[in-house]
Amino acid sequence: MHNARDLVVDSVTGVDLALPVAGPGARSYAFLIDWVIRAILFTAWYGLAAVIYNHRWTFIAPLSPDAKWFVIVVMPAAAMYFLYHFVLEIAMHGRTPGKRMAGVHIVTREGGSPGVGALLTRNVFRLVDGLPVLYGVGLITTLATRDHVRVGDMAAGTLLVYERPDVLLPEPVATNSLSQHPLRSSDAEIITELLQRWPQLDSDARHRLATAVLSRHDFNATLERHNSDAAAPPPHELASATSQPSNTPTSSPTDARLRAQLERLLRGTQ
Amino acid sequence: MSATDRDRALEAALLRRAEHWKAANARAQRLAREPATDLADATKMSDDYRLLAHDLARARRLIPNTRTREYLEAAYVRAHATLYRKAWHPGRALLTLFRDEIPAVVRWLTPHIIWATTIFIVTVFAGYWMVHTYPDLIGLFASPDLIATVERGQLWTEGILNIVPSSVLSLQILTNNIAVSLFAYCAGFVFGLGTLYILGLNGLMLGAVFAFTSQHGLAAALFRFIVAHGCVEISVMCLSGAAGAAVGEALIRPTHGDRMESFRIAALRSGKLLIACAVLLVGSGVIEGYISPRPLCPLWARLAIGIGYWFLMIALLRGWLFPRPTPAATAATSRTPPTTPSPTAPQA
Repeated sequence: MHNARDLVVDSVTGVDLALPVAGPGARSYAFLIDWVIRAILFTAWYGLAAVIYNHRWTFIAPLSPDAKWFVIVVMPAAAMYFLYHFVLEIAMHGRTPGKRMAGVHIVTREGGSPGVGALLTRNVFRLVDGLPVLYGVGLITTLATRDHVRVGDMAAGTLLVYERPDVLLPEPVATNSLSQHPLRSSDAEIITELLQRWPQLDSDARHRLATAVLSRHDFNATLERHNSDAAAPPPHELASATSQPSNTPTSSPTDARLRAQLERLLRGTQ
Repeated sequence: MSATDRDRALEAALLRRAEHWKAANARAQRLAREPATDLADATKMSDDYRLLAHDLARARRLIPNTRTREYLEAAYVRAHATLYRKAWHPGRALLTLFRDEIPAVVRWLTPHIIWATTIFIVTVFAGYWMVHTYPDLIGLFASPDLIATVERGQLWTEGILNIVPSSVLSLQILTNNIAVSLFAYCAGFVFGLGTLYILGLNGLMLGAVFAFTSQHGLAAALFRFIVAHGCVEISVMCLSGAAGAAVGEALIRPTHGDRMESFRIAALRSGKLLIACAVLLVGSGVIEGYISPRPLCPLWARLAIGIGYWFLMIALLRGWLFPRPTPAATAATSRTPPTTPSPTAPQA
């Protein structure tokens, strides 16, 4: 049920959770996006504040900088750069814009959101992870450890996992729930998906997939073509069929008949 | 009834609960963003969690390769994250940190603090002895500009306020000191060797500079400069070193589970002390920027500030600065019926 790279968390309910662990690629992608955002924020603030401070179009620091220069220009820019991860990870519950775009977020080893202490520790250890240059230590430990964690994650007891994509609950399965119904819910989901993708499929794919499904359920199918296809197509075949570039599909009388039969099968009427 | 028929009946019963799953998922999403509106809303979340767990277990067995099972997995993970998210009470957390947790960490780290302080003192004497015996070795510890200034009979701190304003000087100093302190802590990851290096280097530098200035008759002036801020600054260096040593020791001699688990516990626990260290270094930076460079500030005032701030540090580390609830108040609190709880509190 679980993949080797899942974080499996025991729950008090006795039903474990499986969270897919993010690898070095997703981590690096998230970091790069965040780094670009940080750099833009830093540069934008520094430039704007420097122009305001200097009262002219120049970004150069004064020869003898006063407190105002530090308070208005340097400190906010430095805070944006160095506190970016820490502040946003607290505010966004273990996420940053980069992590969100990469589809990952930070969790504790118990599967929950990390607290402020853990996030602070995780970010303080960037001092080590950043050594000697370009996050060398962090990258090596991320590649070498089983859960792809850097030193900061080890210290804080955190790791990055993929966000679960939003899955829509299949409506026909939810409503079509009589125990006497001839279809199992897995089959009903396949038929639902097939019907949903019907307009994108070419005629050949429609016939092949529909006849396979109908014949599997001993339905009174119109097997005009591809009689040899007896097995029901697995979901991945449906996906690959729709992903193939198709010409503009045309609806023939046979197509319409097959579709009607699929719909009857889904409704539970022969 | 055959096993297949029984499974079909269970599957049908399971699928009839779809509307409950949607409601539970929606509630988990809403409570992840905002607090519960009432008690029923909060308690419903834990009911939802159990419902999702129960149905997911069935779905994993009966309909493992379906979107329905995937939906339940996602909803269950979301409910778990919402339910186990800690409530956000920053004021209470800070009070607990400074009143209870940091004193506990200091007690736990006492042997490490003693060792770190001993190492620092030994290296100060070693640095002093080295430069006192072999004056040319000062080149290892001080910059050419500093050496030239002292050889001219001046301290590098003289006239510093004519160049840099106090506020800027304070900021620069406290930023640098906090960075060094954090490095001393993080460097414990190298089995404590990094911490030992930072402690030793700073001790050697202090001793060497004292020996060098004493050779040019400036040791008293240097002492006068550092006494106001140095008492706490040096103590904080030893505290950071102790935190780093605890991290290193956890890797060398694991005490909880495996090495990584021991490292995690030590890092999280000793890291709390770094927050106190950072706060103390802000005060030291302000003193070093505003008081230490002022030539008109008398020695007795500097001593009073240095010693007074050091005792303030002790009071902070022992948790004496924050009031503790009296037993009567604690009992009264425990009798008070709970108000609307946060749905995000752990419900283990």
